[in-house]
Amino acid sequence: MSSQIDPMAEIRASFFIECEELLEALQDGLQQIEDGRNDSETINVVFRAVHSVKGGAGAFGLEALVRFAHRFETVLDEVRSGRMHIDAGALKLFFKATDHLNDLVRASRDAGPLPDEATATLAAQLDRLLGVTATAEPQAEEEIEFQPMGLTLDLDLGAAEAGDPPSFGARDDLPFLTGQACYTIQFTPFPELFETGNEPFLLLRTLSRLGKATVAADISKIPDLRSLSPEVPHISWTIRLETDADAAEIASVFEFVEGLCSLCIVQDGDMDLSQGANHPAGLPTQITSAVLNESDANEAAFRDVAPLERSTDDGLSTAPLPRANALAPALAEKNATAATPAKSVVRVDLDRIERLVNLVGELVINQAMLSQSLEQSGLSPHSAAMNGLEEFQRLTRDIQDSVMRIRAQPVKSLFQRMSRIVREASSTVEKDVRLHTEGDTTEVDKTVIERLADPLTHMIRNAVDHGLEKTEARIAAGKPPQGQIRLSAAHRSGRVIIEVADDGAGINRPKVLQIAVEKGLIPADAQPSDTEIDNLLFLPGFSTASVVSDLSGRGVGMDVVRAAIQALGGRITTSSVPGAGTTFSVSLPLTLAVLDGMVVEVADETLVLPLNLVVETITLSNGDVEMVRPGNNVLWVHGEFVPLFDLGAELGYRIPLHSFDGTVVLLIAHEDGSRAALIIDNILDQRQVVIKGLDESFYRAPGIAAATILGDGQIALILDPSDIISNAMHHPATHLSIQDLGASA
Amino acid sequence: MTLNILAVDDSRTMRDMICLALLPAGFTVHTADDGLHGIEVLDGILPDAIITDINMPRMDGFGFIDAVRSQEKHRATPILVLTTQAAPDLKQRAREAGATGWIVKPFDPDKLVKALHMVAG
Repeated sequence: MSSQIDPMAEIRASFFIECEELLEALQDGLQQIEDGRNDSETINVVFRAVHSVKGGAGAFGLEALVRFAHRFETVLDEVRSGRMHIDAGALKLFFKATDHLNDLVRASRDAGPLPDEATATLAAQLDRLLGVTATAEPQAEEEIEFQPMGLTLDLDLGAAEAGDPPSFGARDDLPFLTGQACYTIQFTPFPELFETGNEPFLLLRTLSRLGKATVAADISKIPDLRSLSPEVPHISWTIRLETDADAAEIASVFEFVEGLCSLCIVQDGDMDLSQGANHPAGLPTQITSAVLNESDANEAAFRDVAPLERSTDDGLSTAPLPRANALAPALAEKNATAATPAKSVVRVDLDRIERLVNLVGELVINQAMLSQSLEQSGLSPHSAAMNGLEEFQRLTRDIQDSVMRIRAQPVKSLFQRMSRIVREASSTVEKDVRLHTEGDTTEVDKTVIERLADPLTHMIRNAVDHGLEKTEARIAAGKPPQGQIRLSAAHRSGRVIIEVADDGAGINRPKVLQIAVEKGLIPADAQPSDTEIDNLLFLPGFSTASVVSDLSGRGVGMDVVRAAIQALGGRITTSSVPGAGTTFSVSLPLTLAVLDGMVVEVADETLVLPLNLVVETITLSNGDVEMVRPGNNVLWVHGEFVPLFDLGAELGYRIPLHSFDGTVVLLIAHEDGSRAALIIDNILDQRQVVIKGLDESFYRAPGIAAATILGDGQIALILDPSDIISNAMHHPATHLSIQDLGASA
Repeated sequence: MTLNILAVDDSRTMRDMICLALLPAGFTVHTADDGLHGIEVLDGILPDAIITDINMPRMDGFGFIDAVRSQEKHRATPILVLTTQAAPDLKQRAREAGATGWIVKPFDPDKLVKALHMVAG
């Protein structure tokens, strides 16, 4: 750790990370409550989360955050103590407040503009909740009771900062003396003082540091040894103190033991403070402890000594920022040499991880080159070098996995953002919608998660806006009025599948078709299959909403979603059942950096295909292939016809083959289960390849996903077979005939 | 004089803040994430003073103080409670559980150091 890092800034950064965790826990807790798990621990978790956000925010003087968290916490405390019951309305408000807390955390972190208006609205709503449900007190009274806390505090602090001594009644009773004053302090501990771990000696020592002290002990109450109980105090003390400090500061020494002792502080030549505080004289014990407990003098003392703490006494931290800031540099200096506190989490700059990932990528390439040259050197597979190489390969793989795991994150944070989208979207279009999430713990590369947020947001909005029917329509259709959206994530055969499913009316295919024809997207006489109609949704410029709504009609269509998903190396498909709902399914690679590839040769070009899409390799004989029409062939395999394409021809490397005898085909499976066969010349290898993105300055050729560097140092293109096949299928001449044949087969 | 401190708080930020305040002042700081963890950590050390939060998962501050006080060797170990609410009833509850004093969050580092010196020497 270098000493240049400001420890305060470090802690601040880690506070915001902690906030994210706390907010996640908060959201989880509320979700559980919504699911009916209303037990006290869940509510405690929710309360603690808000409480901790507030506590941390106070330390950094994040006033707006503290204030709002406090309002939220106050309501949650009512719930926690059982004085308030959470109903559906309250829960909805809690979710909203959580979202808002999230906004405030972000705004505070990035020093962005604070959404003051929304804060005020929500805070008022929270207060109202308190007013309505708490112990049936009239609302007005509740508000009056609460409001002055913030107001008076501000005023007090302002006054204190301006240097004006606060003019409390008791202040006048206190001596305003410059120079030394002499006090007589009588102090008699009660047994409880020992029980709480307080120590008279230390109190006396602290006191003596305030000035010149003469301490006299009254040991007359000490019994003889036989009846002495060491845990009961027997000594009372009389201290004569000459000091610059005022009575308040002296009293503050005894702050922790107030009520645990008898205490009397009197200044020479002044009246007894207890009298000043309007207590009848003559009952030393009670009175003197009352001096500390109740007197205005103490109140004034408190303010004088500890304005910072006082400001948070009511939980409303109005701790003045200048103080907090002044503190930071001082601390930074002091802590320059101090050891960093032990942490279970290490924060690492993403750039460093990126660099590591890249280096590991180079290592994989280097290892492949080494393997290749060793194999070519004709060494025996049992030689030490080859055995060592095997071990090297295994280690490389492990390192790669571990590095990938650093970047992997559960999709939970993403899903939680989506639940907010659902809440906001559903209230905009006035639909009652419930989001269910599954597989929150599924881990995906951090970059993928970040870049998935936008397309997923759009899919969710789409589901709320277009997927689900209006409440009346649902009731008319005999469905429950509340619409359901299911968001799920799962690992499936080396990929991540994310699904957004609604239980709405399903895709209105006749309407989709009609619009597509109207917009000239397909010919009027076309007779596309259901799947093809559904896929029309992904065409650029397609939008079924006749009225552009606030929600999803922002000029962003499903084509943009598809493009975003494809940019991640993923694919999106849809399935829909009329009256029962629509499901959008996104399939993504686990990571963007490495791919299990099949290295093939086509027309003397070396190409890489994602291995997970290759179901089978087949060597053809002419009898397996049927020609539908010139240039259109299908392959009979496992009892069905699949469209057959020559990869070399599709990529423009050669003219289509006429004889298929002896050629090698790869059977490719699509996400939706349909298949196609690609003709290649030769399979060279199966290996992990490091994906090197193609720079934007390259022409973005359909079917080409990226590039890689092979073991021999050559560059090979990585193909997206699905893209190639769908391109070939959408070729006007071949389009429908193949589909029709496929459907009838 | 080097004081040995055990700080128990479920918030990493707070633990960091405590360390930041105490380490430069020459304290040795042990930390724990909640009451139960605090008891575990306490097993191996003999702190001069303990700082604890109230609202914590698994075992809260009151339970923790209770558990500490029930150990013979810690019957008189000074315990400071960290609290955002300086409400009198909270102080009272903490004291009844056996807390020595309290520090209100957000705390002033100097004040925390002073308070520790005041209760632990």
